[in-house]
Amino acid sequence: MSTLLPWMVVLPAVACLFCLAAPERLSKVIAMGSSLAGLLLAGVLYTEFDASNAASMQFLYLAPWISQYQIHFGLGIDGLSFPLVLLSKFMMPIAIAASWNQTHRVRAFMACFLLLDTAMTGTFLATDIFLFYVFWELALIPMVLIVGVWGSSERVYAAVKFFLITFAGSLLMLVAIFWVFMAHQEQYGFYSAEIRSFYTLSWNHGLTYFGLTAPEWIFLAFAVAFCIKIPLFPLHTWLPDAHTQAPTGGSILLAAVMLKMGTYGILRFCVPITPDAFHTFSPYLAALALVGILYGAWVAFQQADVKKLVAYSSVSHVGFIVLGICAMNPEALTGAMLQMVNHGLSTGALFFLIGALYERRHSRQLSDFGGLAKQLPWFAFFLVFVSASSMGVPGLNGFVGEFLILLGSFKANAIWGFVGVLGVIFAAVYMLWMLRGVLWGPLASEENKSLTDLNWRETACLTAVGIFIVWLGVYPKPFIDKMRATLEAYWKQEPTIITLKVDENL
Amino acid sequence: MMEFLLLSMILIPLLGSILNGLLLRSGSPARTGTLASTAAGLSFLAALLLCWNYLSTGQIVNVNFEWLRVGGLNLAWGFRFDAITVLMSLVVTGIGTLIHIFSIGYMDEEPTPYRFFAYLNLFLSAMLILVTGANLPVMFVGWEGVGLCSYLLIGYWYEDIKKADAGMKAFVINRIGDAGFLIGIFMLFQIFGTVDFESMKLIVDGSGSLNVRWLQFAAFFLFVGAMGKSAQIPLFTWLPDAMAGPTPVSALIHAATMVTAGVYLVARMGFLFRVSPDVSHFVATIGCATALFAASIATAQRDIKKILAYSTVSQLGFMFVALGVGAYSVALFHVMTHAFFKALLFLAAGTIIHGLHGEQDVCKMGGLRKHFPVTFITTSIAVAAICGLPPLSGFFSKDAIVFAALTGPYGGPYLWAGLSLASLLTAFYMSRFYFLVFFGEYRGNAHPHEGGWAMKLPLMDLAIGSAVVGFLGMPHGLHVLPNYLDQLLVPTVPGWEEAHAFLTEIQSMVVAVAVALTGIAIAAFFYLPNPARSDKAAPKLLAIDTILKNKYWVDELYEVVFVVPFRFLSGVAARIIDPRVIDAAVLFPSRLARAGGTLLTFIQSGSSQFYLWIMLTGGLLVLWQALKGLIV
Repeated sequence: MSTLLPWMVVLPAVACLFCLAAPERLSKVIAMGSSLAGLLLAGVLYTEFDASNAASMQFLYLAPWISQYQIHFGLGIDGLSFPLVLLSKFMMPIAIAASWNQTHRVRAFMACFLLLDTAMTGTFLATDIFLFYVFWELALIPMVLIVGVWGSSERVYAAVKFFLITFAGSLLMLVAIFWVFMAHQEQYGFYSAEIRSFYTLSWNHGLTYFGLTAPEWIFLAFAVAFCIKIPLFPLHTWLPDAHTQAPTGGSILLAAVMLKMGTYGILRFCVPITPDAFHTFSPYLAALALVGILYGAWVAFQQADVKKLVAYSSVSHVGFIVLGICAMNPEALTGAMLQMVNHGLSTGALFFLIGALYERRHSRQLSDFGGLAKQLPWFAFFLVFVSASSMGVPGLNGFVGEFLILLGSFKANAIWGFVGVLGVIFAAVYMLWMLRGVLWGPLASEENKSLTDLNWRETACLTAVGIFIVWLGVYPKPFIDKMRATLEAYWKQEPTIITLKVDENL
Repeated sequence: MMEFLLLSMILIPLLGSILNGLLLRSGSPARTGTLASTAAGLSFLAALLLCWNYLSTGQIVNVNFEWLRVGGLNLAWGFRFDAITVLMSLVVTGIGTLIHIFSIGYMDEEPTPYRFFAYLNLFLSAMLILVTGANLPVMFVGWEGVGLCSYLLIGYWYEDIKKADAGMKAFVINRIGDAGFLIGIFMLFQIFGTVDFESMKLIVDGSGSLNVRWLQFAAFFLFVGAMGKSAQIPLFTWLPDAMAGPTPVSALIHAATMVTAGVYLVARMGFLFRVSPDVSHFVATIGCATALFAASIATAQRDIKKILAYSTVSQLGFMFVALGVGAYSVALFHVMTHAFFKALLFLAAGTIIHGLHGEQDVCKMGGLRKHFPVTFITTSIAVAAICGLPPLSGFFSKDAIVFAALTGPYGGPYLWAGLSLASLLTAFYMSRFYFLVFFGEYRGNAHPHEGGWAMKLPLMDLAIGSAVVGFLGMPHGLHVLPNYLDQLLVPTVPGWEEAHAFLTEIQSMVVAVAVALTGIAIAAFFYLPNPARSDKAAPKLLAIDTILKNKYWVDELYEVVFVVPFRFLSGVAARIIDPRVIDAAVLFPSRLARAGGTLLTFIQSGSSQFYLWIMLTGGLLVLWQALKGLIV
């Protein structure tokens, strides 16, 4: 039994305690050190991960927790969680670097990030449904604090809204968790909280409650919770508020990693636990995803606030991910997984850049900028580069994901493909509109003439992201190979079941 | 070895771009331009070696790396150097190198030339990916890559927001085409299970059981992509605006290479279009309409670059007619000759604009043959070539198109007549341009001067090319030289049997020359005797002149039909639907809770008087209830 995964989860939590106790300047160093160590562990994971055996959970770690109900502290990783764990470990140091100039209650700020690290990693790694729920909720707390304490002027409203809406979804999910947990006990005569053990539940489709069968209710309860997090249209309105108010580091992690908890949840719970209900509802989900793709793009185009523009562009982008999941064929599913990572990289980098600009100019209004390409050439380079990735220029990462998703969607339903492709057009419209507002035109205002270009810390972070943007666009094979076995098993809907004999393991 | 050369050809300009962007950020135009031109030149050298290899051994060079292998999709970074690539890569790298050299002179006063040359090199690399890609997605990489470079170069002088906007317009309209391209790829993948050119060709050629309806749909959507990139009706409006970019960019990207990518796409997919008669008719019709439409607009423009831009749109229309009627090799022939004479015309225009310190109005030129002798002579060759005077290159390629429009598999007399009229207009507007710029007296206030050797040499080279490349594709009917180009392209693009028509090839040539001379004569009649009166001499045919000057108000029409509704609807979404409907609905439970709370706060007011009133009312109600029972 490997202890790699528990280290990945626990290390930030331990560092979090040190952070709170240390002096302010040191706390930043501790946070950065811990997240770099996490990145190192992710590197180890990358090399040790067995791509050929990715269909089942690897690096399993199991510790008893509530033994009488067979609830464990269980961690494991497969091809579904692998890219997301890597993504969250990769974005962590970048988010901390983006927060380097934070001066207000630095210790607590850094502690929040580290706690978030633990919670996000735990969410992706948990193999136990209750442990998943604990990490899922745990992730909410530091993020709400980050928005509510260190955010901009409307931070409290945004934080409360974020909390209430997400929490409402989580409660529905908790009901569904108890439902499947009890159903397992009823069908098999013993308790299990292992997520994969629910994949084999059989349901009485004749029995309906208020017109829907049990799996349909369970699907909906999970789906609502996850779709709020994603966020799928029309549950997205908390996102622009949270993003605009959050400090840069918070926005980066929110966009890059936390939204993926939703799409990951759909893949881990909704689809395999209640496949028939997924089949029933996926056209509706796809319809919402398509509306979201276009709607997000249209609303993004109208924003005067750059950060809000990028936030709405996220609504459009995650629509592609959900569309790929709904199409449920190997191309679209792989595309959706890649797109989760791609969106994390490109939107994370966009928030990083906007944050860098905000630090210098204390404004996010498009009308305050214009002509910055002259004053900030490196900033301009990275903004154009990342925007190109975000709008899916081939050769960069965004294209690979979108191409696979659209190809697979077209296979599943030609209309999905047709409508989805329109999103590609509008993506160009709002991204170029943003570039126009920020970079092009005369450098008119006096404040903008004294701005300084990116410093080495910022350049290093963006270069790191840039390397992956190119790598994933040109040679995504290593990443696809790591997911292949899992996804092949997955789309055939024959997930490998591990029935855990806990006593033998411990 | 050859594989290495192929990759070098593509990657050396990319390397040049990176080096310029990293190391020469403060370099002078001469230094950055030399680096970029060297990269382009090396790429040209590699292309020459590859061509020599292909022509001497007939061996097709292939390079493959795995890109995306998922489910049924097995996509490689596949590059292929075959007959059609011989032609395209020589044009791209050859003319590309000349234009790089020209730019050293043209951009001599730029503060940040590294940006310009880095973009230009990047463009070259993307264009080479486009023409060497062995499957549609790799081609699409180049396709969008050149679009991005075009965006950056049109908006190169971004401080003028109009120029940045022109770049944005170009990219967005191209994206509309690209969406069609993507749908075409998805459809073809559905039909064939592969999007590799050779594999698809084998399946189409070898199987009679394919569903032609689906093939036609796929061909149609690919053509939508071509319409965007090659500026055909209805997606042509970006190209005239693209003239906001530096003139060498207009020459390289918006005349010689990128805009012909659509022609290349259709020719490369000729096996598909050949079996799609309805789409082929559509392609020919669009091409013919565009040729006429753009040529008519060109007759009334005063901006030297706008005239050339509409001319390019019109010439691309000619090429699409050739593609539509099934004469793929003829279309590629015209791609090549057009690349020479149109690049030359643009560079000449650039020399003049540079020499007149930014003046672009032909009515403020005149008499420039004395001040720009080299430009004058080279331009004369190019104008004669585009008008279609023998024995220059344009004569052969245009005549081949006009004749194919009559005799090609999907051709007919209407197309022939349409193109003949377009040729007449072409001869007219080009001569008008020529007379207004070079003849009469100088009407401006600048001190005209011709550029240095970096600018003159490319003009001369291109002039030689404009004069002689036509001999590569001499028609069979003349029995002078064999049609080398046809022989080269036979293995790659479908050939055709000429149908019997009311004209023979020789007769058609005579008609074409007569048409060209007529056009020149009309222009000479109006503009040569008194160019000082310049545009006032134009035939004022009532409303027509106004319509043409305003380009048929197509931009305004699109503004009303597409841009305004988009702005309006997205505004409604952002300002009404999102905050007032969706967010309000999401917040409704919290509002409800708050309203309920407010109501309850009202009851629990803490005022004893209020409580007493409530008690009294309640008591009375109870009493009344009790008494009601007693009474009844």
